[in-house]
Amino acid sequence: MSEHSTYVPGNAVEKWLDDRLPVVRFAKEHLMDFPTPKNLNYWWTFGAILVMCLGVQIVTGIILAMHYTPNVAMAFDSVEHIRRNVNGGRIIQATHAVGASMFFVALYVHIFRGLFYGSYKAPREILWILGVLIFVLTMATAFMGYILPWGQMSFWGATVISNIFSAIPLVGEQIKQLVLGGFAVGNPTLNRFFSLHYLLPFIIAAVVALHIWALHVPGNNNPVGVEVKDSRDTVPFHPYYTMKDLFAMVVFLIPFAWFVFFAPDILGHPDNYIEANSQVTPAHIVPEWYLLPFYTILRAIDFNVLFIDSKLGGVIAMAGSMLCLLVVPWLDTSKVRSGAFRPMFKWFYALFVVNFIGLMYLGAQPAEGIYVVLAKVCTAYYFIYFLVVLPVLSRIETPRPLPTSISESVLGKAHS
Amino acid sequence: MFNAKSILSAIALAGAMLLAPAAQAAGEAVPIEKQSWTFSGIFGTYDQNQLQRGFQIFREVCASCHGARLIAFRNLMEPGGPEFSEAQVRALAAEYEVADPTAEGGMRPAVPADRWPSPFANEQEARDANGGALPPDFSVLAKARGVTDAFPFWVFNYFTGYQEGGVDYIYNLLTGYHEEAPEGVEVGDGQYYNEAFPGHLIGMAPPLADGLVSYGEGEDGSTAPATLDQYSRDVAAFMMWMAEPHLVSRKQTGFVVLLFLVLFAGLMYATKRKLWAGIEH
Repeated sequence: MSEHSTYVPGNAVEKWLDDRLPVVRFAKEHLMDFPTPKNLNYWWTFGAILVMCLGVQIVTGIILAMHYTPNVAMAFDSVEHIRRNVNGGRIIQATHAVGASMFFVALYVHIFRGLFYGSYKAPREILWILGVLIFVLTMATAFMGYILPWGQMSFWGATVISNIFSAIPLVGEQIKQLVLGGFAVGNPTLNRFFSLHYLLPFIIAAVVALHIWALHVPGNNNPVGVEVKDSRDTVPFHPYYTMKDLFAMVVFLIPFAWFVFFAPDILGHPDNYIEANSQVTPAHIVPEWYLLPFYTILRAIDFNVLFIDSKLGGVIAMAGSMLCLLVVPWLDTSKVRSGAFRPMFKWFYALFVVNFIGLMYLGAQPAEGIYVVLAKVCTAYYFIYFLVVLPVLSRIETPRPLPTSISESVLGKAHS
Repeated sequence: MFNAKSILSAIALAGAMLLAPAAQAAGEAVPIEKQSWTFSGIFGTYDQNQLQRGFQIFREVCASCHGARLIAFRNLMEPGGPEFSEAQVRALAAEYEVADPTAEGGMRPAVPADRWPSPFANEQEARDANGGALPPDFSVLAKARGVTDAFPFWVFNYFTGYQEGGVDYIYNLLTGYHEEAPEGVEVGDGQYYNEAFPGHLIGMAPPLADGLVSYGEGEDGSTAPATLDQYSRDVAAFMMWMAEPHLVSRKQTGFVVLLFLVLFAGLMYATKRKLWAGIEH
């Protein structure tokens, strides 16, 4: 995309560098001059917020790893040691723990923004798929991170979730033993989860780089979903969007700081302040809130289908819920990207959001009574949305007329 | 705002209907009564006199069975806590013996850097001495217990920063003993009926009673009544401090951070507006 570049090396040294490794040119093209639609709303700032979240987690995580001991006899006390005796430790630890939740808040907003504005549609399928990959990797990283404090919920969460692997036919038991490093969650599990928890964020960072690369080929989608026609539709990324994103980041840090300083434990579970004990099972084993929707889908399949038992069925449903996200570019074939111009889609989408929050709520409830039924209903709608609603709407819906260009839509708004 | 209001009330109603079966399933659960604490809210700080009284209760009553293995004597003189003087802490530590393989006989008097010595050498010894029940360590106990609010009330906790579920529970537990169990409840040997304890049958005899501990005067001459209610409140506050010793400095820092972020966000917004002023978007 050298066509965007207005870079001219300023002096002999820059010229010498540019001929050998054009990093300054690259930064100018991609971080400064990159043409960005001028009508992006604040939902579009969450990409930058997510980069910040990843950075915060990596920096705080590296510091925590300097003081943490991944051993079943010492892990719990070493986290308390960080909170009590390390300078600023209580705040660094709280930032990392709260940061995981804030990361997922931003991640879910980012995903749901993409789902509403059709950001997954051609030519952005690879961009979307890389995003789903980042989402899955982030969930794995967060899950493994939650094991490290070695509290009751850490231990029992790991026990429940690792059982997923044993549902795989034939080789399930072996895979589970390989993941845990033994027959049950123990010291080898803690060691390998710590190692992977340190590794995965850097893999996520690499996929993020690909994600941004894939974004910079077609450029940003935008709220009206009409492609950029000419330079009047865009503004350079810097200073316009650097400024807007920085403002959004600072606003995002306000609730972040609220939790870190005034309620650092409210997003966790009190049981995790009890050291892991394989002999005592907590009354309710609840994963962290950001995993709950998928946990509900896992638990919703409590019946056997032909030769598939309920356990394997649950795992298939959970994997399927991810797979739906992966293939949504080919399920929703409507030519109109933005949900704002799709009168029927809007309502099904709104219901999908409410349904997703419902799945989250149900994941924290005991699997009994009315909750079981509701979990099945919500799980069903999750799949119906992707497999029935989107393909059918693409065929029967008459979208509202689209503006011919971003400039036209912006001017129409300004003068109406 | 008719819409938002009716949607909210519909959600609340649906929530109440969802919760009804759960509440019935839990059966005899007694709601934990929330208390007012000096350390709640964004301006919350510990009451030094209360922590000193709470420490007295812990030391004279609780510590005979309960440990606090993460607490060092030096913590008792650190800012934001009971803030005993260094001389007081040194004298206090010297009253205790701690294991030290390098000392003659394997034991020596404690110094401020030592951790609070546990009353039992291991879990088995603790159970044997307590009729099979294990007295939990106090170090983080105030954060290891909580109060579960019904939907939608827990939503408000995120906005009030409610972090005192553990101490509310502890206070309710200490004041929740009944001499007579309700009819139909079989109380076994070495068990006591407590309305706050899950399952109601607790292995700990009522540890506190009116007049059990005699409080001296606080450093500022303040006094506190020698009642079960006051003892429970004080020791719960002390346990919160044990679990969260840096609470005061954390909240003070947080106040400055939030103030900065709000002002900074305002300036950023003004800059952003000025920058974008010439662009139709």
